[in-house]
Amino acid sequence: MTQDADRKLILPSYRRDDVDAHPPLLSPGYRSTVARAPHQPLVYLPQRLTEVTGPLLGEGRLGELDHDLTRQHDGEPLGQRIIVHGRVLDGDGRAVPHTLVEIWQANAAGRYRHAADTWPAPLDPNFTGVGRALTDSDGRYHFVTVQPGAYPWRNHDNAWRPAHIHFSLFGRAFTQRLVTQMYFPGDPLFSQDPIFNSVRDERARQRMVARYDHRTTRPEWALAYEFDIVLRGREATVFEDEDDDE
Amino acid sequence: MSEPLGLTPAQTVGPYLHIGLNWPDGAYVVPDGTPGAFWLRGRIVDGTGAAVVDAMVESWQADPDGCFDHPDDPRGARPSAVPGFRGFGRAATDSEGRYALHTVMPGPLPTFDGDTEAPHLTLSVFGRGLLHRLVTRVYFPGEAANATDPVLRTVDQERRDTLLARPAPDGFQFDIRLQGEHETVFFAV
Repeated sequence: MTQDADRKLILPSYRRDDVDAHPPLLSPGYRSTVARAPHQPLVYLPQRLTEVTGPLLGEGRLGELDHDLTRQHDGEPLGQRIIVHGRVLDGDGRAVPHTLVEIWQANAAGRYRHAADTWPAPLDPNFTGVGRALTDSDGRYHFVTVQPGAYPWRNHDNAWRPAHIHFSLFGRAFTQRLVTQMYFPGDPLFSQDPIFNSVRDERARQRMVARYDHRTTRPEWALAYEFDIVLRGREATVFEDEDDDE
Repeated sequence: MSEPLGLTPAQTVGPYLHIGLNWPDGAYVVPDGTPGAFWLRGRIVDGTGAAVVDAMVESWQADPDGCFDHPDDPRGARPSAVPGFRGFGRAATDSEGRYALHTVMPGPLPTFDGDTEAPHLTLSVFGRGLLHRLVTRVYFPGEAANATDPVLRTVDQERRDTLLARPAPDGFQFDIRLQGEHETVFFAV
């Protein structure tokens, strides 16, 4: 270990201000939470080296067409072509650059290319439904895909999931790790979806809904949606101390 | 500084997580053939004792020297002496709820207040029915530093053993019980 015994370790600290944004683990309307949510309260863990660092996964993981889900096969997938783009930010509005964004989704008919998805909607031989991208230095990412369909599930009587795209984000530190879902504006299925509504705060729910972005559409080619993702911010005081040291 | 932005809520990975999150080399925190490498294996069960077959664990850890190749490690980012050390692993559970990660023993870590943390991995658990990830830690049996570890010390004595891996033929076993009797300790980070 190379630590100078006289020098205090000064670590960044991430604000724990997301408690109200996230859904309660036990949300009985979403039946699968009932046997899976812990009964014991979470134990408070001060953020130490393991929590304020995290995997910085780079270019080596990306193929040239990983961001374009419409060009991963010989032919084009069926469905409405869309551009999905946005920024990954922290709670202070700082860009999160060069961070891996992973997405997965159902095809235009609402079917996932997965052995466990067996409802009778067609698979599309030209659509896998997986994308990866790295944000640029301004935290921007960009995908091309097709509008996913809604699909039924067996949570409650005649239950349908609103159309969504799964997003997985690493940020810069273990404590910022986030998996979420992006929804589409005005979806009539929101009101009956216990996963969307597991987020109790209406404003927080709306932060999972992309914005239709006419300016980014490509004429005679694709519609566009903008979806910014906000990860935890850092405690300002500690951050400034750290700057002073440099 | 302006008003903080509202954060994006978490949502479940759902039952089809494998499509987006499976990596062929996911389990390999260190490459096959790394000296001293072992398998960390475990099974995830729910509150009814049923195997959780649609979950994934992700691990993050220091290298054997207790270092992170990360700019926010105030001791300085430096590549690990272990070739191919990624520090990160991910593995989905199989049809019996089992996962496996191939890694090396992390070193102990200094803390901001002058303590030492015993060797540990941190694990995130994602799955259908988990609206947000669960975070736990894996400690190793027989480590003298466990007795004074500042995190283990904050956990009730009778629940502490849920954070300890057990020796196994090719490494260690760390089972995760999401709910109920012997429920694994999960942390708010």
